[in-house]
This record gives sequence, C-alpha cells and structure tokens, in this order.
Amino acid sequence: MTSQVLLSIDGLHKAFGGLIAVNQMQFDVHEGEILGLLGPNGSGKTTVMNLISGALQANEGKVVISGKDITNLPAHKISHSGIARTFQLVRILPDLDCIENIEAGLAYRNNPLWGDDAQKAALDLLDRIGLAKQAHTPAGDLTYIDQKRLELGRALALQPKLLLLDEWLAGLNPSELQDGITLVRKLKDEGLTIIMVEHVMDAIRSLCDRCVVMNAGAKIADGTPDEVLSDPEVVRAYLGDSHA
Amino acid sequence: MSILKPDFIKPVGLGAVIFAALAFLPNFVDNYYMSLAISVVSFAVLATAWSMFSGPTRYISLATVVFFGIGAYTVAVLGEHMAFPLVLICAALAGTVIAVLVGFSTLRLAGVYFVIFTFGLTELVRQVVSWYEVNVTREMGRYVFLDITQNDIYWQLLALFAILLLTGFILARSRLGFALRIIGEDETVAKHCGIDVTRVKVALFVLSAVFMTLTGAIMAPRWTYIDPVIAFNPMLSFQVVIMALLGGPRRLLGPLLGVIPLTLLFEVLTASFPNHFSILLGCVFMVIVYLLPGGVIGLYEKYRAPKKRTLSPPDGNNTTPKSEEKAA
Repeated sequence: MTSQVLLSIDGLHKAFGGLIAVNQMQFDVHEGEILGLLGPNGSGKTTVMNLISGALQANEGKVVISGKDITNLPAHKISHSGIARTFQLVRILPDLDCIENIEAGLAYRNNPLWGDDAQKAALDLLDRIGLAKQAHTPAGDLTYIDQKRLELGRALALQPKLLLLDEWLAGLNPSELQDGITLVRKLKDEGLTIIMVEHVMDAIRSLCDRCVVMNAGAKIADGTPDEVLSDPEVVRAYLGDSHA
Repeated sequence: MSILKPDFIKPVGLGAVIFAALAFLPNFVDNYYMSLAISVVSFAVLATAWSMFSGPTRYISLATVVFFGIGAYTVAVLGEHMAFPLVLICAALAGTVIAVLVGFSTLRLAGVYFVIFTFGLTELVRQVVSWYEVNVTREMGRYVFLDITQNDIYWQLLALFAILLLTGFILARSRLGFALRIIGEDETVAKHCGIDVTRVKVALFVLSAVFMTLTGAIMAPRWTYIDPVIAFNPMLSFQVVIMALLGGPRRLLGPLLGVIPLTLLFEVLTASFPNHFSILLGCVFMVIVYLLPGGVIGLYEKYRAPKKRTLSPPDGNNTTPKSEEKAA
C-alpha cells in the first residue's frame, strides 16, 4: 500500500473490570481504503470502534488521525477531527423527520450549515441515499433499511475523512444487501476511507481492501480478505481447533 | 435565517398585541383578581422556564425554588441599598453563578440521580442560608419594605413572561435549541454529531435558572417578610413540575395550558382544605401522570393529527433505541 496512513492505532487497551475487551490492538488505516474489522462475536470489534469514536475511553494506547493525537478526546471533538460513525443497533432520532436527522449532522460540524443552506444540503443528501421521498417522515416511521440509510446519511453529513460502519449491512435481505454494497463502494470511489465491522462474507470479499481479524480482544491476523480468511488461526477462532 | 420572515413576524406581532392588552388588566379588575393574576403569571414564567430546559432534555429538575429563593433573598438583602433594576441585575447574576456551578457538577448525572440531587440542593441551600443568618447576621428572617405596588409586580412579571416567550420562540429556531432537541432524542448521537452536550445543557440550564431567579426577585416585595423556610419552600418546585407536565413541556405554550387550571385549582384547595393541601396535590400529580402522559397539548395533538405508526420494518425489528423518559 503506497498511500498515506490516515488513522493509526497503537497499543490500544480497554478493560471492563476484570474483562479485557481490547488487548494491545495495533493497526493502521491508509487513505482511501476500506478496512474490514472481523472476528467472532464478543471479540472486541465494537469496543475498538467505540474507542476510536470517543464513545468509550481507553485505558492505554494511542489513536492518531492525520498526525493528530485524538486518544480519549470527548466524542464531539473526535467528530470535529473528521471521524463519523454508524451504530451497531441503528440510532436515528425517531421523533425528528428525515431532513432534521440529516441537519443534525450538518449543523454542528466544522463548517456548519444552518437555515435554508442546511435544508438544501439535507435534501441533496437524502436524494443521494435514496430517501428524498421520505424527507418529511418522522425517522421512527421508516423501515429498518431506510433507518440504516438515514443513519449513514447523518454520518456523511459530517463530511468525515474516516467513516466507521458498525455492522451496517447486517439484517438486510439479499437485494437490500446488494444496494448497500453498491452504496458503500460508491463512497469509496468518492475517496472516503472506511473501517467496517462486518459478518457478511459477500460484502467483506467484494468491498474490503484489507482485513484485521480480532479474537478475545487481540489482533490475530492482518492482510487481504483471502489471506486472512484462509489463515489457520482465524479458522480456529471461528470454528474451533478441529477445523484448523 | 432572517428575522424579517412572515413566519417570525406574525406570531411575535400577535404576542405583542396580547401582552399589550393584558397590561391593561389592572384597570378592570379588583385586588383579589390582581393577586390571582400575579400567581398565574409568576407560575407561567416558572413553568415555561422549567420546560425550556426540562422539556427537550427530559431532565426533571426540582431546583426551581433554589433559584426562585435566591432571587427573593437578593431583593431582601440588597433591596434597600440600590435601585430596583440594579437589584434585579444582581439577582440574575447570582442565579447565573449558582446555575453554572450546579450545571457543571450535576448535568453529567442522568435520570433519577439528577432528580434527587436537585431536590437535595434545595435543602442544602436553605440550610446554608439559615446557618448564615443564625451565625453571622444573628437574625432569622428579613423584612422587604419597598415602594412597589401590586400592579408594579404584575407588570414586571408580564414583561418577564413576554421576554421569556420571545427567548423561547427564538431558541426553538436556533442551532442551540435544535441541539437540545437532539440531546433529548439521543445523547450519544448528539455527541457524535459534534455537539458539546455538557455545554449546551449547562447553557440552557442557566438560561432557565435566570428567569426563575428573576421571578423570585420580582415576587419578593409582595411578601414583606421572608425567611429561608418561606423562600425555599420545596412545594413550589413540585407545583411547577406538575403544571408543566399537565400542560405539555415540549411546546413553548404548553406549560401555560397547565398553569391556568392548576393555579385556579390550588387557589380553591388552599382556601377550602388548607390542612390537606399537600395530600391533594399528590393526588393531582398522580392523576395527571396516569391520564395525560403527554399533557393537555399532547391530547390536543393526538386528536388533531393522529400519528400513524403502522409501518413496521420487514424483519420485525422495530426496536429503535428511543430514550424514553430518562427520568423514569
């Protein structure tokens, strides 16, 4: 990989009481790539996402984006340094309509938009994610896929350099999944760097440039999707010793 | 957003006409009704100010009387030493300082802890003031003899209410007000959208506290005598919460719909059952919470535009993480 390192994580450590959720994690994300963060349930993937986005505070280690140390900054400051995310359990603002949900992302970013400008930008973005018709529908009334789209739209409204997608493709039916994959690929083509936690193998193979695999809080593999998915250590983590 | 848009001028103009008309009330009614009008307007300010912060954030604050009492005491201490407008400014400053301190130390608390803290705060402030009066000034209770008539109090409160409504109206259309709504919906999302939630909450808490403090300051001359038990009576905080909840704390004019009937009801209750007032107040509280969880305004909206929630997601996953009643 010749491009520049955008995000660098080093020695990241997080324990909840006696449980070590993330153990000395270390990886880099290069500009313009899609990094898949894989691993069995409970291996600490979402905790890593939470540590990067500032939803949780790390015990040790460093998170650096474009040379700027953002370790343990409050979430709103991390958002201002160019990181946006979606959540594993989709989090929209249910009583606000779709325009307002997008405006939430526009109004408090680094170069904020408000009033008519924000409304126009929100409508453009809704059009881009395919929700233009639902502009005035309360977000709580949307279907599951549309709520996921809306959440992605809010993250994009923040104009991030790095987008964190936490199982954004989970729970979609086959045709919705194809739409979702197309949408993510389009974002990559526009130059966005993405870290995605994902279990859907089709999506991982077709989207990810590189994968980091975690087990029990630690990194066990790092490489292209084909490399890591054939790594005996990874197979053991998912399927147990007898299959390795 | 331009201030000269018709959707701004129309409601503000209408409000100005109504308030101008209300200013002539003393010409038409006698002292008893003026006293009732003062109660209504003072509770209207308190309940609307309370809702400005607690409506969108769903933080139930029982600290209303802390700020009200601080306002009243500022007048009792400074009233005879400087002009009344200056006293009001001092009261507002005192309220701001206390609200900033309380805000930064407590707004990280969520739900029931915040409720308990604000209730405890009332007792704390009352005890501190009592201690000071007993040990330093050696005089419990103060007299407030100021040349301020009942009508003056009414006009001041009316002006304060007008300013409060205008503030709320502008706030609802501002980025700050929008931030508060997002925080009320989902605080985690708010943080990840780049909102400094602590600062927003403290700012609104302070704004709401300043109006409560000024109400206390304006009302002080009406009592002539105050002591910590009168000025920091926790009953007032509960009354304000009940009124705001009855009216509907999530709309600017919602609390007013609760203030008017309940002030009249309290008037009847205190006159007819002075010894059982607290018990009856508790019953009223329960009835409201059971029968009208969305307040009067919620009832109105329910019948005006029935919200359709029939669309359910295809995979049966309709659990949107909605932060229902943080205080519950």
